[in-house]
Amino acid sequence: MPECFDHKKGFARMLEKLHLLGFAEGGRGMALLGAAGMTLILSVLGFALGTVFGALGASGGLSSKRVPKALASAYGTIFRGVPDLLTIYLFYYGGSVALTAIARSFGSGNFVGLPALVTGVIAIGIISGAYQAEVYRGAYLAVEPGQFDAAKALALSRTQILRLVIVPQLLRHAIPGLSNVWQLVLKDSALISVIGLVELMRQAQIAAGSTREPFLFYFAAAGLYFVIAGITGQVFRTAETRAARGIMHR
Amino acid sequence: MIDVGFFLEIIPQLLSGLPLTLKLAGTSILLGFVLALLLALAQQGEHRLVVWPIRTFVAIFRGTPLLVQIFMIYYGLGQFRISLQAIGLWGLFREPYWCAILALTLNTAAYGSEILRGAIKNVPRGLGEAAEALGMSRLLQLRLVVLPIAFRQAIPAYGNEIILMVKGTSLASIITLLEVTGIAQGLISQSYRAIEVFIAAGAIYLLLNLLIVRILTFLEVQLTPYRFRG
Repeated sequence: MPECFDHKKGFARMLEKLHLLGFAEGGRGMALLGAAGMTLILSVLGFALGTVFGALGASGGLSSKRVPKALASAYGTIFRGVPDLLTIYLFYYGGSVALTAIARSFGSGNFVGLPALVTGVIAIGIISGAYQAEVYRGAYLAVEPGQFDAAKALALSRTQILRLVIVPQLLRHAIPGLSNVWQLVLKDSALISVIGLVELMRQAQIAAGSTREPFLFYFAAAGLYFVIAGITGQVFRTAETRAARGIMHR
Repeated sequence: MIDVGFFLEIIPQLLSGLPLTLKLAGTSILLGFVLALLLALAQQGEHRLVVWPIRTFVAIFRGTPLLVQIFMIYYGLGQFRISLQAIGLWGLFREPYWCAILALTLNTAAYGSEILRGAIKNVPRGLGEAAEALGMSRLLQLRLVVLPIAFRQAIPAYGNEIILMVKGTSLASIITLLEVTGIAQGLISQSYRAIEVFIAAGAIYLLLNLLIVRILTFLEVQLTPYRFRG
């Protein structure tokens, strides 16, 4: 339901309300910044977990064996094709059902739920892993075949070839794609607000509700997301430039 | 292990949300495409006063979560009820349906305009020049030469955007609209059978996406027959 405001509020009144964003008493500035920190923690952990799933997915997709290939393909198709919100509900409700069942088998009749942060990290990890798998797969294929031959000629073992020769070059190709996935993760993290984690979106909702200033707080949240996306995007661009040092541009 | 009865029970319920999902997706994709095309064309002129506001709009809508955009329009603009009533738009912003359509449309227009802008830019210059040499007007050049080529180049990228939009309609459930995801969430919280509901609702989305991919592939073959010959 849209909150109904009977009294008139124009932009002039809006400006008077700006102190609500401040850090003084009654201001929500600190709460918003703290929540932005939570958004960042959630996104970084989710992205990191996604790296693991992504690597698994990519190695499955590159495998010549049928079963890993099919599993990787199913993983990618499902979690890139189903709305992220639905996946979040799956882990939120599914996780607590599974935990409660486990608790019951230990004789506890209580309902057990996962902390919202853990659920959020798992959900974002699974979703971003599906996207990261595609990035890593493409990056692996972009490494020149000669590199494998050269590494073999040096009598490196399979793990050495991967660790010393392929992965460092693969990462260079992966950075632009990973940057896109990161932006996706950052925006997806807002959806974790629906399961009650007090990150930026949820904190904006709380502040909007208690001060009855939804426009101001959603605008502030949008601004903070924009700034976080901008700063972290710069990190990826720097990484890209650094990784490209000494590479001839064709 | 698999409870067929439960599936038979929930699938019709989930499907009852499909028309709303389709309406949200269809309307916003169509309106968004028109807007995206206009924005992409407006940026061809490279007039600073035109380009700068468009770039800002695109950056904002691509740089913030869709959920924030939906809340901003639904709850945020609700604060300006009196002003909206004065200009006769309150009827639109009062309805979660129209707020969702507006947010989805603006969001996809921002992403879409970048795709189309790139596609138009990538049309070889010589083709436009050749059309000009044939005495075609700017409009005719666009309609007969530049846009058909740009569109078919844009199909794969725009296809991804369309699928993202179909997924994006799920956020409408957060502002009370009972489309497929909204119904799925209700079913899960009633039955606590998250996996079954996820499979059933997920299958609906996957089939929908598959259908979209098929249609777009067909369109791509129709528009670039020479690539698929032989």
